[in-house]
Amino acid sequence: MTAAEIINILEQKFGDRLKAKKVEAIDPFVVVEPGDFLAVCRFLRDDPRLRFELLNCISGVDYLEPDPKKAPKAGFEPHVEVVYHFSSFTHRHRFVVKIILPRWKDNKPGELPEVPSVSFLWATADWHEREVYDLSGIWFSGHPDLRRILTSEDWIGHPLRKDYEFPLEYHGIRGR
Amino acid sequence: MGWLEGRFEESVITTTLEQAINWARESSMWPMTFGLACCAIEMMATGASRYDMDRFGAGAFRATPRQADLMIVAGTVNFKMASRVRRLYNQMPDPKFVIAMGACTCGGGPYYKYGYNVVKGVDLVVPVDVYVPGCPPRPEALLEGLMRIQDKVKGMKSFTKEQPIEIPIPSRTGYVQLPPELADMQKANAFAVKNKEKATPAKA
Repeated sequence: MTAAEIINILEQKFGDRLKAKKVEAIDPFVVVEPGDFLAVCRFLRDDPRLRFELLNCISGVDYLEPDPKKAPKAGFEPHVEVVYHFSSFTHRHRFVVKIILPRWKDNKPGELPEVPSVSFLWATADWHEREVYDLSGIWFSGHPDLRRILTSEDWIGHPLRKDYEFPLEYHGIRGR
Repeated sequence: MGWLEGRFEESVITTTLEQAINWARESSMWPMTFGLACCAIEMMATGASRYDMDRFGAGAFRATPRQADLMIVAGTVNFKMASRVRRLYNQMPDPKFVIAMGACTCGGGPYYKYGYNVVKGVDLVVPVDVYVPGCPPRPEALLEGLMRIQDKVKGMKSFTKEQPIEIPIPSRTGYVQLPPELADMQKANAFAVKNKEKATPAKA
């Protein structure tokens, strides 16, 4: 099934709850709200025409130009995106779903933006979500065990955020 | 030597106990089986048959720090690993030696500027005896580092207390001696000029 057909099916089901779509991209995608995300995911996995059994990866993307001089030319407002890549073994097609979030919840620095966890739909999401939480700082509500996975347990900050500041010292070891 | 006299024949040698112990120690440096990143592949190659670390008595990679004399820190050390490296070092029996193998362990290497989680040199965590630079170092370089450790062991004074520790003099060195025609600057220049003349094509 082509991406345009997949988007058609999703539009029939969800209508204007899809916030944006792009068919001509290399990986065609739709953008959904965090509130609708679980319903869309369940539909993508369970609908017999779609059958996305596999969640390939979850990516956290931080859109921020830290340099204030370059910020007006950057072409985007500061935000973070969570990108989900799905595949189907049955129908051999692929699809991408994106969620656009503010960089901080309620614009309070330090409050992580929230996305519902899909680890009960795809078991592979468990560690992927932990990694995105660890490095990009996105909170997956409903995750069974959302701990840091790559950095150590007492790490401060989320290293792949663009405004992350390197630690000067970690447990007595000089950082730079 | 009263009772020893006449008991042995010509094949008796005498040495000091310290020298004998240092000789035994340097000839059986047992490293720890322990690799953190890509340098470990090169360390394995050094232990394998082509480069054969066993020639130097250091081929017995021990699987526990309690049996090891030498820690080859082969690979990037990050902050999460640093405390483990430190604990492994503390578990090794004295005397213990550390080789920092590769650019990352010498000083952060390619991760020096943007590596938020990389220790900028393993000498911030454990005391290092020999640094082996390279990314990764060739097996010959690691063997050279091992020989420097052996020189250090040879200079150890474990029985003669309160004496200044000798600066180890390299006994076997990888230093390439220049041939006599390149020995000093003038001779080298003359050699280069001569070579250049030889290389210019003869005019027909």
